[in-house]
Order: sequence, then structure tokens, then C-alpha cells
Amino acid sequence: MTYQQYLALLPFIILATAAIVVILLIAFRQSHTVIQVTGFMMMCGVVLAMWYVRDTLPREIPPLFVVDGFAALFTGLIIFSVLVVGLLSYIYFEEREENPKEYYILLFLATLGAAVLTISRHFISLFIGLELLSVSLYALIAYLRNRNNAVEAGVKYLVLAALSSAFLLFGMALIYMETGSMEFSAIARAIDAAGMSVLFVMGIGLIVVAIGFKLALVPFHLWAADVYQGAPAPVTAFIATVSKIGVFAVLVRFAEAIHLETYPLAVTIFTVIAIACMIVGNILALMQQNVKRLLAYSSIAHFGYLLVAFLSGEAGVGAAVFYLLAYSITLLSAFGIITLLSTQRRDADDLSGYRGLFWRSPLMAAIFTVALLSLAGIPLTAGFPAKFFILTAGVQQNMWLLAIVLVLTSVIGLYYYLRIISTLFAAPPLTPVKERTLHPFFYFATYASLVVLMCLLAWIGVYPGFIVENVREFLLIH
Amino acid sequence: MILVWMIGILLVGGIACWLVAQRNTFVCRWIALIAVITAFLIPVGWYVQHQPVIVAGDNWLVHFQADWIPAFGISFHLAMDGLSFIMLLLTFLLGVLAVLCSWNEIREKTGFYFFNLLWTLAGIAGVFVAMDLFLFYFFWEVMLVPMYFLIAIWGDFNRRYAAYKFFIFTQTGGLLMLLSILALYFIHGQQSGGNYTFDYFALLNTTMVGATARWIMLGFLIAFVIKLPMVPLHNWLPDAHSEAPTAGSLILAGLLLKTGAYGIIRFVLPLFPQASFDVAWFAMLVGVVGIVYGALLAFAQTDLKRLIAYTSVSHMGFVLLGVFAFREIALQGVVMQLLTHGVSTGALFVLAGMLKERLHTRDINQMGGLWTAMPRMGGIAMVFVMASLGLPFLGSFIAEFLILMGAFPVSPVLTIIASGGLVLSALYSLRIVQKVFLGQAQTVGEPPRDLSAREWVIMASLTAAIIFLGLYPQPVLDMVRNVIGEMVVRR
Repeated sequence: MTYQQYLALLPFIILATAAIVVILLIAFRQSHTVIQVTGFMMMCGVVLAMWYVRDTLPREIPPLFVVDGFAALFTGLIIFSVLVVGLLSYIYFEEREENPKEYYILLFLATLGAAVLTISRHFISLFIGLELLSVSLYALIAYLRNRNNAVEAGVKYLVLAALSSAFLLFGMALIYMETGSMEFSAIARAIDAAGMSVLFVMGIGLIVVAIGFKLALVPFHLWAADVYQGAPAPVTAFIATVSKIGVFAVLVRFAEAIHLETYPLAVTIFTVIAIACMIVGNILALMQQNVKRLLAYSSIAHFGYLLVAFLSGEAGVGAAVFYLLAYSITLLSAFGIITLLSTQRRDADDLSGYRGLFWRSPLMAAIFTVALLSLAGIPLTAGFPAKFFILTAGVQQNMWLLAIVLVLTSVIGLYYYLRIISTLFAAPPLTPVKERTLHPFFYFATYASLVVLMCLLAWIGVYPGFIVENVREFLLIH
Repeated sequence: MILVWMIGILLVGGIACWLVAQRNTFVCRWIALIAVITAFLIPVGWYVQHQPVIVAGDNWLVHFQADWIPAFGISFHLAMDGLSFIMLLLTFLLGVLAVLCSWNEIREKTGFYFFNLLWTLAGIAGVFVAMDLFLFYFFWEVMLVPMYFLIAIWGDFNRRYAAYKFFIFTQTGGLLMLLSILALYFIHGQQSGGNYTFDYFALLNTTMVGATARWIMLGFLIAFVIKLPMVPLHNWLPDAHSEAPTAGSLILAGLLLKTGAYGIIRFVLPLFPQASFDVAWFAMLVGVVGIVYGALLAFAQTDLKRLIAYTSVSHMGFVLLGVFAFREIALQGVVMQLLTHGVSTGALFVLAGMLKERLHTRDINQMGGLWTAMPRMGGIAMVFVMASLGLPFLGSFIAEFLILMGAFPVSPVLTIIASGGLVLSALYSLRIVQKVFLGQAQTVGEPPRDLSAREWVIMASLTAAIIFLGLYPQPVLDMVRNVIGEMVVRR
């Protein structure tokens, strides 16, 4: 490897170092606060490093990695989400867990896994990244081991993720058998030359199953609601954003490499999955009384929307990145509110607990409302241009069926978002719950960052041009 | 630039209200009032300055254009012609009255209330001047969300249900319209060799073959007729109107319904002349059905606000009939109808609000004989009830007369049935007066007090407006003549 190649990998090296630094800090018995601040700095370091090496991109590190604009975008998105998740974790775990420090090792390892996914162009790196992500998540989900739900969720995720990994490996093996290579581009060349065989199609099918599990696409979504509910709120935020962004990135890269859109069968399968996601996700969310479960189902629907952009090929990638950005900011602010409202014993996931929040705490309710409106795709929030760009991509490719399903299902979606909003604004219960604030500074910091997120949502919603231009520029680096 | 100021003042004023209200709700009300009055004075001032307004040649009186999202050909393009000008005047007039009539009614969360009120008005004003289809859709939604909050927070007993229904109905239409806008965008882009733009004036030159045009037109039309509302899709209206607070009903009936009609006149007819001509007979038929059906249902209501809501359905049937007659005179009648219906139905809703404030009920069976206690209110109510049934000298007569006159050569049968609707309107209108103000007095104890000075100002300005429109409609007709003339020529 040359110096340039090391340089391109610098952000990922820093990310890996972060986990080790945290281990060392724990060994030297540093406090939670020190670990938190150091972790924050390291993540900022990753972003700076990415900025620093930006001009040297794209760079290939054969055979496993390629660091290009696409990877930089997705890694940036991941790191941004982790920064917020980290901040939320502090107040969340400081109150609940006598030993919150190891949490950060797992968090950074999982982040590393997701980041590796964004730069992989080879089955091996894909698998390593995915396992790094999943294995850390097993422990993260069950981190609050005294809670029943947490352990149940952890075990559920463990079993299903392990199963899907097995599917993935088997699929990879079949493809390797047919094409003699595990590198995306080499696979593409091999099929171009020899055409598709039954085994290859089976291999792709098995991989789709595995990816579907990770992204919680219908019909592989059964774990989503339970895991979202059982996991600690910041971890749920992490699963909903970081882990899905990483997996989606590698899916897009693989599809681009082998030109998935040229195979009618694959397009049909993904179309069916997308429609199923939009319909099932939105309908299951309709009657949920549990906010975390509701967000789980809504995220299934949102990945259905995202698949519309995915199916539009090249044109859709920009739309997908924009959508993921809007979606992660939105979800992070929603989970931020859930975290802030959670009490020591249980998460604030019951909808009735939100009754009249607007009268008790207008700012929190405002942030939550903006987030929900953004999820529903209402103008003045980031969700609107995001949905608009996806529709644009879909209509441009003449995918009318998908576009119409998207429109109709988002009307269904509107209902349950409005249901939460009207609960927020309903008359408050007679005895307001008074909660104590433990750590004024971090509490303030979390609050402030949520306000910043809300402003970001509004800014992107009103003036999306800036983001669009930048995403375009980054995507040209390849 | 004045268009930007107008909308900007409302948006900023709304935020200011919200911030100030934490300290002092009194100041907050005044800020709201001053903001709306300023916004009202801007177009008025412009009109006075440019007297006499020459609307010949280029119909567009004011233009403003700035880049917004150039990558997608989206610009911040506002423009005003005679039609927009008239609608803006109506918007701000009713806006001022809406602020005034919520002066004492709203006691909790005043700041947030006025924020929503002003933002709704800003959205509506934006709808009337947006000349970029993306921007139009943007404003279309911006007026929706604050309105939802107005109903959902300050509404009556069944407010949550009404608010959902309102939001979901309109949003469904809106999203279908968005699909149509996108389709139009791509078709135009391909025709003009890669000039992808959402600009209204560019899109006017798109040519489409029959089936495509029809589908795209339907997307727009559905969004607009839901708002209007056309009969099978009117379901949201009685709930939303009766549950909303007084100012909310005023804005819903006076302005939000007009955005649907405005959309048809501004977008559906010019963009799809042939396709809309193809559905004209159907639209006229449904319009007439709406006239009769709305009137019959209005007659059957016992809830005062629901009754008035159904009269809107009936009156909007005239709009549909007039628009799709494709005749200049009918279209002029439609514009008049938009104005007069805004004023007269708005006034009736304000009256219903005042009655509710005094009697704490909307049930007309529990009212009666109120004329003795409130002669002034009774007199005013009489004026607007007469306006609603189309008495000459009052604006609605001119409007409905022009519409019927324009529609007659196109379809005599439908026009005759529609005229029958006028008889029905006399039935329900007189029933209001009879049940509420005449008859046996129902109230026990303290008789309700008559109009206060503030209420007097509100009702007097509405009365002046409706009488002026009835006696001297010529300025309005002059303003819109060219706009409408061009539309008829296009076909």
C-alpha cells in the first residue's frame, strides 16, 4: 500500500482507533464524561480527516476497498448520526447504568462496521463490516440487561442476524462458484461474459434476503418492532440510522457494479418488496400505541420509499442520499425527545405519556412536531424536498405504479403522524410528571443540539439547493 | 417586491406574536392586527399609486423572480394579475376580520394561535401569487398545516376528528397534484430539449396528447375540487367548518375554498384547455348536483355552523357550473361569486361564532326570539341571509345572475335546475332568521348582550363590502376582464 492509500483510509483508521482509545481510557479508570468527550473529539477527528483527504479522492485500495465521493458522503452521514447518538447516550446511560463505559467501545466498533460497508467493493470486506456491525449490535441492544424487553430484543436480533449472515455467506459462496471472484467489478465482468446462471440468480436471491433482514424490508421485517422497542432509545436511534445507512450504501454500490437495473427479474423483485414495504409498514403503524414500535414500522415504510429511489438507478442515488440525510436528522431528533423524556426505569415509549406535552414543555413538543411533520413529508421541513426528489426520480423513470403507491401510502402515514401530533397538543393530564434534571451541562447540550437539528430540518426544508449541489459534487468523485 | 413583503410581513409577524405572547398577550394581538393591516395596505397602496390600472397588453401587474433550487429548475417566482389582486384583497380583508373576531375568543396559547392564523394567511396569499408550480405546491401545503392546528387545538368538542379529516382529504388531493406537476415537468422538459423548469409561463407552452393530458389534468382537478369542494368529495367540509374556531371557519369558508376555484381558473383551464373542455359536461353536472344537494342538506341541519357549511357546498356548485361553461360572462360571475361568497358566508360564520360565544350552543332549536335582545345583530344577520339567497342589490345576486346567464346557452337544462337551487337557498336562508331571531324566545335568565364596538366594526365592514359589490361590481369585472378573456380565447 502506498502513502496515498493510507491517507485515503485515514478517517477509518481514526474511527478504529477511537474504539481502542476508549478501551485504554477504561483501563485507566477515567470517568464517563472523559470518555464521552474523547469519543466526541475522535468523531470530529474523523470528519476533519475526511475533509482533509477529500481532494485526493477517489482512491482504490485493491482488492477490498474503494474510497470515493459516494463513500465519503455515506461515511459523513454515519459519523454525523453517531455524534448525535453519542450525545444522547450520555444522559441516557449516566442515569441508568452503573457501568456505561463499555457501551462506547461497542458503539464505535459498530460505527466502524457501518463505515467499512460504505467503502467495500469486495465480499470479504462486506462481510467483515456487516459482522462487525451486527456483533456489536447484539450487545448494544441488550445493554440494559436488567430489563426484560432488552434481553428478548437482543436474543431475537442475535438469532435472526446470525441466520441472515448464514444466508449471506451461502449466497456469496454460490456467486463465487459461478464467477470465480468476490470482487464486485470482477463479478460484473464475469456475468457480462457468461450470462446469468441459475446458481448465480440463487446467490443474488440469498443476498437479497440477508440485506432485507438488515434493512428490515418486508417480508423480513418481523424483528424490527420488537428490537426497536426493547433496545435503549439511543441504540434504537443507532439501528434506525447508522446501521441502515451502512447496509444501504453497500447495496447501492453492489447494484451499481453489476448493473442490477438491467435485469428485469431483479427489478420486479425489488419493486414488489418496495410496494410491500410501503403498504405493510404504513398499515402496521396505524394502530400502534407505542412510539418506538410506531417508528419501527414507519421506518419500514421509509425504506420502501427509499427503494423507489434505489430502483431509479443512477438518477436516484442523489435523491437517496438526500433522503437518508433528511431521514436521519428527523429520526435523531425524534429519538432525542424520547431519550429526554425517558425515566430511569423505562423508556418514554407509551403514546399516552406524550399527552399534552405541548403545554408542559413547548420546545420539546415543537421539536417532536417538526420531526413528525418531516417524516410525513410536509413542506417547510426536510422531509418534503426529500420525498419530492424521490418522486421526481421515480416519475423520471416512468415508474408510475411505485410513485402512485408512494403517494397513497404516505397519506396513510400522515394519519398516524397526525395522531401523535394531536396527542402532543391534547389537553394535559391532571398530574404533570415532574422529572429531575441530573446533569445540567449535558442536558443543556442535548437540548441545544436538538434545537440545532430542528433548525437544520427547517433550513433543508426551505433551502434544499445547497445540499443538492454538494451531494451532486460528491457523487461526481468516483 | 411588494409581493414578497406582503408574505414576509405575515410570516415574521406570526413569529413575533409567538415570541411576545410569553410575556404579554395584549401586545401579541396588536402585533397580529398591525401585521395583517400592513399586508392589506400593501396591495391597496399599490392600487392607489397605479391609478388608473392599465390591464391591457401584458396582464401581469407585478413580477418577482429569484433563484431557489436552480438544480431542478425551481425558482421563487411571484406574479400578480387582476385575478390575484382581487383574491389578495379578499384574503387580507378577511384576515383583518379574523384577527379581530378572535380578539377575546382565544384565551389559551394566544401566541401560538396568532402564529398559526398569520401563517395560514401567508400560505393563502402565496397560493394566489405563486407562478412556479413547485412554489405553488409549497404554499398550498403551508396553508394546510397551521389550519390543521387551528382546528385541532382551538376547535370545538369533536375537533380532532375534524382536523384529521380536513388534513387527510386535502393532502391526498395535494399529493396527486404533486404527481401531476412532476409529470408535466418531465413532459415539458423533454419537449423543450432539456429545459426542465417548474415555471408556470414556460409550462403553458407544453403540448400533450389526449390521454396524457387527461390524466395529468385529473391530478390537478382532484386536488382543487376537494378544496372547492365538489359534491362526492365534500365530506370534510361540514366537520372542519363546524368544529373550527370562528376565525378558522371564516378563513376556511372565505379563503380556503377559494384557493380551489382559483386553482381551476389559473392552472387547469390554461394548462389543459382541451382536456378540461372534455370533462366540462361532467363538471357542470356535478356542480348542479352540488347546488341542489348542498341546499337540501343545509335545510335539514340543526347545527347552525353545519348549516352554513352546507350552504357553501351549494354556492360552490355555482362556481363549478360557471367555470366549466367556458364563457366569459360566466367566468366573470365566478370571480364575483368567489368574492361575495367569501364575504357573506364569512359574515354568517362570524355571526354564528358570536351567537355561540353568548349562548354556548350551535343548536338552532335552542335559539329563538333573539331579535328582541339583539336587534342590531338581527338586522345584520338579515342582510347576510338575504345576500346568501341572492337578493338584488347585494353582491351574490350579481354573481349568480352572471353565472346562470353564461351557462344558459351551454346547457339550458342544467341552468334551469341550478336556478331551482336559488329557490332552495331562500328556504334555508329564511329558516336561519326564523329559527334564530324570530319566534318564541328560548333563553331563560339574562338576555344576551348586543354587538360590541369591535363586533360592530367587523360586521359593518363586511356589510359595506357586500353592498358595494352588489351596487357597483364594475371595478372587479374590469380587473379580471383581460385575464378571463385570454382564458376563453385559449380554448
